[in-house]
Amino acid sequence: MSGSFLIQALVFMAAAIIFVPVAKRLGLSSVLGYLIGGIIIGPFVLGFIGSEGADIMHTAEFGVVLMLFLIGLELDPKKLWEMRRAIAGLGSLQVVTTSVLVIVVFIFAGYSWQLAVPVALAFAMSSTAIALQTLKEKRILNTAAGEASFSVLLFQDIAVIPILAFLPLIEVSGITAQSSHTQSLLSGQPAWLQIITIIAAVAALLLAGKYLVVPFLRFVSRVALRELFIASALFIVIGVAALMILVGLSPALGTFLAGVVLANSEFRHELESDIEPFKGILLGLFFMSVGATINFSLISEDPFFILALAMAVVVIKFAVLFAVGKRFRLSSDQNFIFSFGLSQIGEFAFVILSFSNQLGIISSSDSSKMMAVTAITMLTTPILMLINQKLIDPRFGVKEIEDDIEPDKIDVRHSVIIAGFGHFGSTIGRLLRANGIEAVILDNDSDRVDLLRKIGFKVYYGDATRLDLLKSAGAEEARLLIAAIDSPEVNYQLISTVKSNFPQLKIMARARNRYDAYELLEMDVNNVYRETLYTAVHLGVDALTELGFRRYTALRQGQKFIKYDERALRKLAARRHDKQEYILSVREEIELQEQVLQNDLQQSMETTDSSWDSEKVRKVLGSD
Amino acid sequence: MPEKILVIFAHPLLEKSRVNKQLIRFYKERGNITLQDLYELYPDFNIDVEHQKELLTEHNLIILHHPLYWYSCPPLMKQWIDMVLEVGWAYGPGGDALNGKQMMQVITSGARKAAYTESGRNHHSLREFLLPFEQTAMLCGMTYLPPYVIHGTHRLSNDDIRTYSEELSALLDLLSAGVPTGEATTGADYFNELLKEDL
Repeated sequence: MSGSFLIQALVFMAAAIIFVPVAKRLGLSSVLGYLIGGIIIGPFVLGFIGSEGADIMHTAEFGVVLMLFLIGLELDPKKLWEMRRAIAGLGSLQVVTTSVLVIVVFIFAGYSWQLAVPVALAFAMSSTAIALQTLKEKRILNTAAGEASFSVLLFQDIAVIPILAFLPLIEVSGITAQSSHTQSLLSGQPAWLQIITIIAAVAALLLAGKYLVVPFLRFVSRVALRELFIASALFIVIGVAALMILVGLSPALGTFLAGVVLANSEFRHELESDIEPFKGILLGLFFMSVGATINFSLISEDPFFILALAMAVVVIKFAVLFAVGKRFRLSSDQNFIFSFGLSQIGEFAFVILSFSNQLGIISSSDSSKMMAVTAITMLTTPILMLINQKLIDPRFGVKEIEDDIEPDKIDVRHSVIIAGFGHFGSTIGRLLRANGIEAVILDNDSDRVDLLRKIGFKVYYGDATRLDLLKSAGAEEARLLIAAIDSPEVNYQLISTVKSNFPQLKIMARARNRYDAYELLEMDVNNVYRETLYTAVHLGVDALTELGFRRYTALRQGQKFIKYDERALRKLAARRHDKQEYILSVREEIELQEQVLQNDLQQSMETTDSSWDSEKVRKVLGSD
Repeated sequence: MPEKILVIFAHPLLEKSRVNKQLIRFYKERGNITLQDLYELYPDFNIDVEHQKELLTEHNLIILHHPLYWYSCPPLMKQWIDMVLEVGWAYGPGGDALNGKQMMQVITSGARKAAYTESGRNHHSLREFLLPFEQTAMLCGMTYLPPYVIHGTHRLSNDDIRTYSEELSALLDLLSAGVPTGEATTGADYFNELLKEDL
């Protein structure tokens, strides 16, 4: 490890630490922060990073590979099926129309179709990182615009796979292919053989994912060592990527498929949260190296061309998106958000362009120019969104009329997280599910997770007290967290993590008993449910009935008992730290409770339920 | 003096009631109105009697807002009347806590007004069916105002609902400013009629 490596690492990190927060503060996405940081440290501004930027970019491309793995993990087949119309309709219309228009423009401008096709496909992509980030930050992921955007991005993510698979088939002459890093088994083979190999490799991957990887992960998870699991996760991703490179396929494609295969397994959340930090860092590095490799001398040769092209692409993309949105009946204000939000060229363009460059379809200088165009369009999105918000929306946006006459929609998607799915948690889960609410369930017993999944519950394996796992379970968007873990200590730990990291999340906590409840009340949890209280009172009410009480009277006594007891609990929780006083006050409280109940028994015949008590009414009215 | 209005509202399946969902919004928007959504507050029928008595004491116009089921109010509202209007407090010897206050009903009914006539299928006027409520008010020393009634709720269009909402809003403006007393109000069958005249 040479000193220059450390210095380089320092430069990149410093740039990230300085520029990403600045971009965030200015309301721009973090992707832009990385890009600008890269530009500034690159050879054309400060020159901290020279030609090695390109090498770093190749390494950092692995961030894109990891991102595709994570996107694959998000795509469980059921969700895909639910969104099939939006994805296939909106998405395909957008990609096809945009590509065709861009191809037409390029061919008119005198370029060859071999260049026009990959560039057009690259330009049809929008940035998942920028668009989703923006929608999330504006909290509009669940609106019509948010869902439409997500569908289109999803279609593009999927479309990348065939695009990357078929790019090698474009015949090129004139430009000699750059020597690629690895020699694949297939180089030099005829095209039909390549296609067959690709299909076979994909099939093998799907089978292996299901029958090899999941049992392997199950085996590792039994060891219960976290670093071992992380290592296994990385092992799978890197392994798949290496395998794909060996057969001459895109590693991004392979890991994406691996992700899809694992999306349905109980390890999904665990994998997500383990890979996420690596992806984040590498992707940041990738964006920075893209910034650093933008060749400004090329741009300065013909700045007008680059800028004009960037503007033209944004206009085309916006127009196509707007037309597609209209066709799918988005209201105009939603359509503006949707169309502006996706009007940039996405990070996949970098992948497609550099891949095409490696294949020798596009020359290095063309590829640099197109990357510069891509980066510039990324810069425009936050500005366009701001213009939309300040200028367009207030004037042209049709505000949807608030119509409370229609039944309220209950958001059933991921609004509840249940931590702990033993007898207690699973009862809650069943009740919610019977009412059409699918909770995200976290449990750390992998055998139980397996069993419950077979019955059809959506249960994820993992330690619920871990911040990253909570995050990938959707704690940032969820409304309710039900803390139902068996061990009170683990429950406390979970609650304090949630309290400090997701203050918006309402907590409902299981308490084993009175003392557990004190602890929880002290942690400022208001919704505390003692598992010993309600069942015991229920039994008590039945016992009273057995002894000759009328059922309704016994029931009302039970209701009142719970009410008094809850009140007493809160009073005692405040006092219990002074031990002496605690002991005293428990006795006091019990006496009080007894007294209260004694009174109550008479009262319920006299004051409280007075209208029903003919004796009492007669007495008050003074007549017989 | 602006009236302090207490709305006792009972609907066991509010999420399916297009009309009432719209109407109770108006209560929430006004500072001088306290809304008690009984089925939300006491789903177990375990009414906090002391709290309800306090609220009654603090307000001078009590609105009972409910749909009409089998010519009466939903069971939780009857439970409320049973439990809260205690002997010796609301009526009977020493029971003067509600004296001088006013009570009114806001009622939604699926049947059309024509059904509540001698020749209609219910054979009696709505006011006749509401006599128990009227007499409850009387016994507690309260003035009973004519009810505001929305008939034929099953057939209302969204526009109709909006019209009624606006009318209720106007009614609340009027009541907030102070209830007209005497002949003006006691003569009418429904408060609806009074809103159409100039008060």
